[in-house]
Amino acid sequence: MPDGLMQLLDPEAIVLGSDASTNEEIIRILAGRLEMLGYVKSSYADAVVRRELTIPTGLPLERPDNVAVPHTDPEHVLKPGIAMGTLKQPVTFANMEDPDEMLPVGFVFLLAINDKDKQIEALQAVMAIIQNPQALDGLRSARTLEDVRAVLG
Amino acid sequence: MSRQKTILFACGTGIATSTAVNVAVTEEMKKRGLTFNAQQAKATEVPGLADNVDFIVATTPISASVTKPVIKGLAFLTGIGKDKILDEIEAQLRK
Repeated sequence: MPDGLMQLLDPEAIVLGSDASTNEEIIRILAGRLEMLGYVKSSYADAVVRRELTIPTGLPLERPDNVAVPHTDPEHVLKPGIAMGTLKQPVTFANMEDPDEMLPVGFVFLLAINDKDKQIEALQAVMAIIQNPQALDGLRSARTLEDVRAVLG
Repeated sequence: MSRQKTILFACGTGIATSTAVNVAVTEEMKKRGLTFNAQQAKATEVPGLADNVDFIVATTPISASVTKPVIKGLAFLTGIGKDKILDEIEAQLRK
């Protein structure tokens, strides 16, 4: 796997087996971590939640637990970072390409991005995980940081 | 030699998923011996920019007012159906 995602993820921005029951809830949990760690402004969480309503980020992977990659405009970002959450029970996100379609989502990668030319590696690392069904299966059962490391390398 | 074509990559913010798609398409087209000019924009900016590009690859819905071809780019994020989309892009570039 190129450019292991683990190097780009702050361990404190990883939430495993969350009980969140809505997309807003998991977004706010993960955004809270990014804010606490100094990646984003306090305006970031609201901006992501609002954006998700009009420009959703669910990605259909033909799985019972799909992936979402919520994010928002650079003005809310202080430095680039990624938060990752896995969900005990999938929550609903709308499909990025077809906002009328609702998808069950089991994995959320919350992206804090402010410079497209400098964050290609991070985006590619996230895409590599999304496109790797075995990695997603491994993440679903991950309960500790060590488990996550074993999957993401 | 035919004029180098321009692809407009669009997504919600113009910097996140359109970047990933731009990089993936550039790499794959290079393998097929094709190069192109790339622009990126927010989906909402596409109607104002479409006149100056050959076609659009977008991960989000694009206004129906845009008359240039729009190719769906979500396959580059999900990995599902990517080859078919690459063939569509190659066909547009070879036009």
